[in-house]
Amino acid sequence: MSKKATAGRLRVKKTYKLYVGGKFPRSESGRSYPVSSPDGTELANAALASRKDGRDAVAAARKAQRPWAGQTAYLRGQILYRAAEMLEGRAGQFAEELADATGAEAGAALGTVEAAIDRLVHYAGWTDKYTSVLGGANPVAGPYFNHTTPEPLGVIAVIAPQDDPFLGLIEAVAPAIATGNTVVVLASESKPLPALSFGEVLATSDLPGGVVNVLSGRAAEVAPHLAAHADVNGIDLSGVADAALASDLEAAAAETLKVVRRPGRSGSSLDLLRQWTEYKTVWHPAGMAATAGGGY
Amino acid sequence: MFEYAPAPESVRPPIREHYGLFIDGQFRDAADGAVFKSVNPSTEEALFTVAEAGEADVAAAVAAARRAQETVWGPMSGTERGKYLFRIARLLQERAREFAVAESMDNGKPIKETRDFDVPTAAQHFFYHAGWADKLAYAGLGSDPKPLGVIGQVIPWNFPLLMLAWKIAPALACGNTVVLKPAETTPLTALMFAELCQEADLPPGVVNILPGAGATGAALVDSAVDKVAFTGSTAVGRAIAKSIAGTKKRLTLELGGKAANIVFDDAPIDQAVEGIVNGIFFNQGHVCCAGSRLLVQESVAAEVLERLKARVETLRVGDPLDKNTDIGAINSAEQLGRIRDLTETGTGEGAEVWQPACDLPERGFWFRPTVFTGVQQSMRIAKEEIFGPVLSVLTFRTPDEAIAKANNTPYGLSAGVWTEKGSKILWAAERLRAGVVWANTFNQFDAASPFGGLKESGYGREGGRQGLEAYLDV
Repeated sequence: MSKKATAGRLRVKKTYKLYVGGKFPRSESGRSYPVSSPDGTELANAALASRKDGRDAVAAARKAQRPWAGQTAYLRGQILYRAAEMLEGRAGQFAEELADATGAEAGAALGTVEAAIDRLVHYAGWTDKYTSVLGGANPVAGPYFNHTTPEPLGVIAVIAPQDDPFLGLIEAVAPAIATGNTVVVLASESKPLPALSFGEVLATSDLPGGVVNVLSGRAAEVAPHLAAHADVNGIDLSGVADAALASDLEAAAAETLKVVRRPGRSGSSLDLLRQWTEYKTVWHPAGMAATAGGGY
Repeated sequence: MFEYAPAPESVRPPIREHYGLFIDGQFRDAADGAVFKSVNPSTEEALFTVAEAGEADVAAAVAAARRAQETVWGPMSGTERGKYLFRIARLLQERAREFAVAESMDNGKPIKETRDFDVPTAAQHFFYHAGWADKLAYAGLGSDPKPLGVIGQVIPWNFPLLMLAWKIAPALACGNTVVLKPAETTPLTALMFAELCQEADLPPGVVNILPGAGATGAALVDSAVDKVAFTGSTAVGRAIAKSIAGTKKRLTLELGGKAANIVFDDAPIDQAVEGIVNGIFFNQGHVCCAGSRLLVQESVAAEVLERLKARVETLRVGDPLDKNTDIGAINSAEQLGRIRDLTETGTGEGAEVWQPACDLPERGFWFRPTVFTGVQQSMRIAKEEIFGPVLSVLTFRTPDEAIAKANNTPYGLSAGVWTEKGSKILWAAERLRAGVVWANTFNQFDAASPFGGLKESGYGREGGRQGLEAYLDV
């Protein structure tokens, strides 16, 4: 890393660990793998997440989901905005990590981090609006008040983009949590370090532990278990480059009828918010002489 | 007790002896000549024969739909598309009596349901979606939504015409063309609908109807369609989701359910009893969103059960074409066998069974309304979809326990809540993991109201503004 250091002082290097349930554990497997720049410079060792780490992360996400969805939309918005504030303050660090990871020019890397900050701000503003934009009252042909609201699916597994390791990850995670889902995200396999550092931003943004869980490791190893996990409600395959693996993961996800976002799907921010929500419609009789029971 | 009165609908509608496949605006026989019979489940007599579509027929229908989508229906203005759909809605209303009787005969459901619910609601779906055809840019899904192309649709036998309307009306409004497979046991109203499309001068190829069984459905799913829309069992939905993995095909699924109908101690008991009856015995319980698990608060359980049994005693089981009939015939021998097997496991696992002492006709497929008490969550009758007139009764002590039990299922289609307290309704509705929640009512449906499930009950909605998402590329 191109860090300026005082002559003669030994720099303190960071151990890159997972972010699960609001804590920073190593892989339970004790494994790690070396991460390098595109030019071959060794950057750090990252934890190599196992199947068990994936399951722990899903358990943490499940535990956090109901309370997170139960928070007010206003509070979820403020927390996402807080994450943007935290990231803004550390933009330089993330630009450096991103430049190291991707080989991008420093200026371009900073631009990407700034774009990521702006996306967090964008989704912070969505939390208390998408419900009115997507839902509403329905004029049914009978004496009923009938309304539809989008609700979070639950726990979403995200295989984050491989070559867009920071902005791509935030673009996948932010809409999912904005709507009250919780997320287990598997960072870019070869460029996981900015994503792992992003866990530190979230940890200092009042985001409850477990709402976002960040793993680093091999998609081919961990993703099949996430796709098959019965407590995962949706899976984002954006970062699965191998078409055969993507197809296998989609088939595994079909076993419990998960909602699947296929690789290569793009969309507006509203499309992404819709992706991880499902509509609930509530009927209520209106009027005193309700024919409530039905036709018998 | 009143005597049975003859229904004015007891005149047989014009049912042909044989129906072909409806491809590109024409009826034709299957390429391989395959034929099957459709049986009236209340008499076990064959009603008519019908061609069974094979792979070659599926390919021909999809090709016709593709050509129609690209050259006629897709380029047509929304206003004109809408006018065709309005015309279909009006024709359905005009021929409502005929469709209602035919549906009753082919399906076994009571005429009062086909007459008052299935057919009018089907017409409403066409009327509702007709109005969307030139307003799609206002649906809030993007300023320039595009049709997906050709849609393959597979529907179940429980609401044959209504499920057809739920599938075809939004697909056509959004500029798609369709190839639809009706259920093996109930193709009649879909074929009559094909005739109605001819009468409406709908351009050839826009709607194609392919009767058949599972193999026909599988061929349709595997064909060159852009999207598959399926309503049916979770097992088949899972198989479809697997088979389209790795393709570009889109998918919406409306699958099984095991809905909880929760009765709190402050519920209006008489209304709740009506709702429980409607929830599980409507359409012989052949309803994916049926309130098949009654969760009743312990303090009122005895009273609710007593009144429920007294009410069920008055239900009339028998001739579907009699307008006084409440519960008609079970749709098929196969389904009757499934219901019997599952109810036997209920008794075997220690639940207490109760049935009213009503006579059943000698011929046909019948099952008495059945109430199981002393049901535990681990029993198969509490976990599995029976799809028949069988209610499992469980109790709870606290609202939290009710919600926990209601959500203790891989399904998530519907739920019911009975209480006089508005805040409790909203509290419960928010916590229930279901796509549709009925408060102080049950089994209400409307073209303007999105319907569909969560979890293993599938994904996607039908009806309402939200239902358009399933048929648009935005």
